[in-house]
Amino acid sequence: MDMFNAIVQVLDSTIRLSVPLLLACLAGLYSERAGIFDIGLEGKMLVGAFAGASAAAVFHSALIGLGTAILISVAFALVHGFASITHRGNQIVSGVAINFIAAGSTIILGQAWFQQGGRTPALQPGERFEAIIWPGAEAIRDVPIIGPIYAELISGHSILVYFAFAMVPFTWWVLFRTRFGLRMRAVGENPAAVDTAGISVAWLRYRALICTGILTGVAGAYLSMVQNGGFVKDMTAGKGYIALAALIFAKWKPVNAMFACLLFGFLDAASIRLQGSPLPLVGKVPAQFMQALPYVLTVILLAGFIGKAIPPRAGGVPYVKER
Amino acid sequence: MSTPYAKLPAWADYGLIPLINLSVAFIVAGFVVMLVGENPFRAAVILVEGAFGRGTGIAFTLFYATTFIFTGLSVAVAAHCSLFNIGTEGQAYIGGLGIALVCLSLDSVMPWWVIFPIAIVAAAAFGALWGLIPAYLQAKRGSHIVITTIMFNFIAASVMVYLLVGALKPAGSQAPQTRNFLAGAELPKLNWVIELFGAKIRSAPLNICFLLALVMAFLVWLLIWRTRLGYEMRTYGHSPKAARYAGISETRIIITAMMISGALAGMMALNPVMGDQHNVAIDFVSGAGYVGIAVALMGRLHPVGIVLAAILFGMLYQGGAELAFEMPAISRDMIVIIQGLVILFAGALEHMFRPYIQALFASVSPKSVGMQAVKGTGA
Repeated sequence: MDMFNAIVQVLDSTIRLSVPLLLACLAGLYSERAGIFDIGLEGKMLVGAFAGASAAAVFHSALIGLGTAILISVAFALVHGFASITHRGNQIVSGVAINFIAAGSTIILGQAWFQQGGRTPALQPGERFEAIIWPGAEAIRDVPIIGPIYAELISGHSILVYFAFAMVPFTWWVLFRTRFGLRMRAVGENPAAVDTAGISVAWLRYRALICTGILTGVAGAYLSMVQNGGFVKDMTAGKGYIALAALIFAKWKPVNAMFACLLFGFLDAASIRLQGSPLPLVGKVPAQFMQALPYVLTVILLAGFIGKAIPPRAGGVPYVKER
Repeated sequence: MSTPYAKLPAWADYGLIPLINLSVAFIVAGFVVMLVGENPFRAAVILVEGAFGRGTGIAFTLFYATTFIFTGLSVAVAAHCSLFNIGTEGQAYIGGLGIALVCLSLDSVMPWWVIFPIAIVAAAAFGALWGLIPAYLQAKRGSHIVITTIMFNFIAASVMVYLLVGALKPAGSQAPQTRNFLAGAELPKLNWVIELFGAKIRSAPLNICFLLALVMAFLVWLLIWRTRLGYEMRTYGHSPKAARYAGISETRIIITAMMISGALAGMMALNPVMGDQHNVAIDFVSGAGYVGIAVALMGRLHPVGIVLAAILFGMLYQGGAELAFEMPAISRDMIVIIQGLVILFAGALEHMFRPYIQALFASVSPKSVGMQAVKGTGA
């Protein structure tokens, strides 16, 4: 029974840890499917986290915090769009720039506004998203097997967790069952064809980037307003890049993305849980190995040793109309 | 990188446009300074005085510049071959491992002038090796170099943390770093050069790596514009198709370019490790690899431009440290914003002002923009 409880706990923290990855990964999915590489996910999450925690602390409202996080994150996504769509700049350069501006400005502004060494004030109850206890969760907690699964795994998360998982079928539906999704996929594969059909490539790509901004904003808000109760400098700590890795791992598909993020979240949760205690068969696994595993797996996948990851064909190429 | 824009006179292309882009980046940075409630002009004065006002400041500026010359050259060499090497950070980190192995085993038995060349080779070899794998995967398996090099930065960080809290850490020590090197692995300082000009220097880490950086800048110029290999790299960078028709092996050129790039990145580690810290500590690169991207873009991928841009960033680093003393609201992280803005305006938005400047030139003297070239350059 102890073993079972331990497993449930690891899975519970897997869910918590994979939510920001999942949101960022789906965010990246929108822009990359539309043909815009976005390595600025990290930066957009970071500004989202900062804006969300600051606004929530100042206005004493979690919802205002979430709204601000989305707003600022979308603004950064639009800067990326301005550089890479309107001015046909290098998308990777632009993404790198956004990451730097985000990393620097969150610290500078945080210090100037709150004077707590780059932190935002600790959020009070009501300023962050509380866990939602599902009906009957406490009542059946003691029932073996089902009890802990229902009470720990399914119930007791914040609204943003459920939002993130709801975004998976929603994104699938948008991508494969709506006109917008069809056009978005087309613009990522062959923008010239979309242009010939009389549809604005630029406007379509901008809309995809706005979706990206919304989702990275929510991801940031989750980090600072659910997981942590306040903003800490550099709190994304490479999650944007792991999300990028997960996106490749998922071959740019929403449902795969969820499993990839759960896998990377599980690796994270397991390495926290193990903390140097030996595993059966393999013995002691260094924590650094577990941390590096998502990146190693992605490299192996990219190299084509586990299936083949084929990115959207027009990804990274600015669209130039025939003249 | 092909530009779908018409030609401008060279001085406008290489002088005016970068200058305008840079000014815009600094103006926006000035707004950020205003946002935190300080005077941007006073901040600029403190920054420049901190960097060049006293001998010590100049020495520190050049010390930082040394680091950025290496990383800037590293990014530029790959970029000439149209490869975006974001992995400079990780390659430099692993380069530090090579230096650590050489210094820890030899520093008690040899003088610095024997160890230094060995360490250069080791740093370059380790950095090149870390660039080789992504290059091979790009050339042979078609995996995107940007993604693989990002992944390799994280893998490098994990490897180094693993070694620095384990095998490389002296027994009984708590700090995650190697033992301090003995005198044999300490590089001579160059501060006396600045003292020749009458300035006083208290203690600054400027060392002979600065000269090495300048030599490497010259060698990179030689490589890119005066050798067959450099020509092939630029050809591939402009048009992989043309390169293939010309019989240039794609695999060979990608791997060579990335290994040179990685070697330059690895050599960056010499400066902080052997010139200043005298040990290898966790995260000693601290973002210098990413600064290299800004430096390379600002220097328009030309060694002369890179050296100038590196000195500018060295100035920002040193002046920024002084600024943090004078204006508590502004910490060194201001540099990170400036760096981001420079990358944005000099890199991603480099063509933003171009049409206006072109129109200006065309209205003043149509000949200077070569009106027949306006029809576009094709692929």
